[in-house]
Amino acid sequence: MSRVRLIAVPVAAALVLGAILLLATGTDPLAAYGAIVSGAFGPDGIGDTLAYAVPVAGMATALAIPLRAGMVNLGGEGQLVLGAVSALAVGLYVPGPGPVKVILALLAGVIAGAAYAALAAVCENRLGVPLLISTLLLSYPAMSLAGYLVRFPMKDAGSSLPQSPQLTEGARLPEIDGVTTGIFLVVAVIAVYTVIDARTPAGFETKVTGWAPRFAAYAGIDRPKLTLRLLAASGGTAGLVGAIAVLGFPYRFIDGALITPQYTWIGLLAALLAGASPLGTLLAAVFFAALTSGGFAMERATQVPRELTAVLQAVLIIFLAAASGVFKRKARRA
Amino acid sequence: MIDASLFSSALTALTPILFAALAGALCQRAGVFNISLEGSLLVGCFGAVAGSWYTGSAWIGVVVAVIAATAYSLILAIGSITFDGDPIVLGVASNLLAVGLTSFLIRTVFGTEGSFSDPSLQGLGQFGPIPGQSLLVYLSWLAVPALAVLLYRHPWGLRLRGVGERPEAASSLGVNVTKYRYGVILAGGALCGLGGAQLALGSVTLFAENMTAGRGWIAVVAVMLGRAHPLGVLLAALLFGLAEAFGFRLQGIGLPQQATDAAPYVVTLVALFLSNIKRKKGQPA
Repeated sequence: MSRVRLIAVPVAAALVLGAILLLATGTDPLAAYGAIVSGAFGPDGIGDTLAYAVPVAGMATALAIPLRAGMVNLGGEGQLVLGAVSALAVGLYVPGPGPVKVILALLAGVIAGAAYAALAAVCENRLGVPLLISTLLLSYPAMSLAGYLVRFPMKDAGSSLPQSPQLTEGARLPEIDGVTTGIFLVVAVIAVYTVIDARTPAGFETKVTGWAPRFAAYAGIDRPKLTLRLLAASGGTAGLVGAIAVLGFPYRFIDGALITPQYTWIGLLAALLAGASPLGTLLAAVFFAALTSGGFAMERATQVPRELTAVLQAVLIIFLAAASGVFKRKARRA
Repeated sequence: MIDASLFSSALTALTPILFAALAGALCQRAGVFNISLEGSLLVGCFGAVAGSWYTGSAWIGVVVAVIAATAYSLILAIGSITFDGDPIVLGVASNLLAVGLTSFLIRTVFGTEGSFSDPSLQGLGQFGPIPGQSLLVYLSWLAVPALAVLLYRHPWGLRLRGVGERPEAASSLGVNVTKYRYGVILAGGALCGLGGAQLALGSVTLFAENMTAGRGWIAVVAVMLGRAHPLGVLLAALLFGLAEAFGFRLQGIGLPQQATDAAPYVVTLVALFLSNIKRKKGQPA
């Protein structure tokens, strides 16, 4: 339960700081926060929150997997869009019955994301480029490639926008009340992560590496191998999120559509907030998704820019990092 | 293909990265892992534009940029030194905070969304013999030898490197480790402020959401490539600037923009590989 206590103080501090910012812009903080809550969970907003929570929770899980071992994957955006365009390519060009196409497209997304993230792991293991840097630097060319593909070879000829043609009716993931059925896939991934984390040697090795990397090395845990596996799992999950995004509404890839909503970065902050624990990450992701979608409602109600919620999320993590540091120092002295 | 204007545009691309990379090198030498350069640069950009807009003077804008970015770097300083927080988490979060905060401010302060520019917004203008370069460009070159002398020829630099290499030993000799670490982070913030001012008021005069576009991260890589030595860092930043300028040039002969956008990141990554293979040591700082 100590984690809950550790989170409560930073959350309160971030809300206070947000209130000060709101007062500075001449807004009643309670009205603004009320608008966020009612906007996120009210009858009009709950659907938006859920729809937004699917990619955020998916990306949060993707980034939590290596974070559990203290490894930071900053290349989620590249893995996400690569998974998206790979799924798109299968959905557009592979012949066959619809359901087979959907399954193949999802697999293509997973494989592309996993392979690309594994490449970053190889950069650390074989070439000595720190993971933090290799994942991030590889992210940019992947985003550029996706941008190129939907502008030239995979462009929708009938449109002036940088977007692909729509997938045919059969090759789509259906929706239930505006929420993609991909939600079940994301929940399944989180369930698998939960079981592996709690009940398997691999999960234990990951956690030990996160707690005490040097102890893990002495205990004979093969760090390069673990890095490769965790990154492949991480990138595969990110690629799956990209595939789900393309196979669901609007059933096509639009350049920037997966980058602008900041799924990856909000997901990373959620994973950091939860210390990468599987269910905690899900909770944190839903919390941040609700904050973000509530931010739009707040903007409509009070004229306060929705970016306030992005500020709150980042401030919360900064306070949490400071609180964790103090907590660790006390633990060392005790 | 290769001419004076190529170098001129390389210089323009290089300057903000060089300032940020010098900031990173200074921190690295004192044993501080600073990956919040991106956020400080972006806050510097915003401070420069806001300062220039409200006073009508680009140079006051530079001063505001330096103050804003220095103040912003307090997040990392207080969080990692005073509270013992994880510098990587703090760095990532403060970079994201900078994006959110500047987007929030652009709407509350300037009332526009996405970007702010105005014909009457004062830029730094041209200075010296090279066309299209501002005074800050020359200042960034001067900062390289100045920092090298400070680090290797001055007692402060000796103590600073001592703090980085053997903090306990430095501490037992009466060097205040905390003070030195605060000092390098704040000085790094000031350098990022200059870099941000050049980016926002140098060759263009505008502020756009997330306009640093990864330059602060490239600076982190430049610190690694340049082994945290000012001259090495200059060469690394120059490589990136040339890659970016060359990319623009290739666009002119029909290569798609996406290929040239990606070029600097790929070049940087390859340079890191090569330098590591050459050293045959798998553990960069």
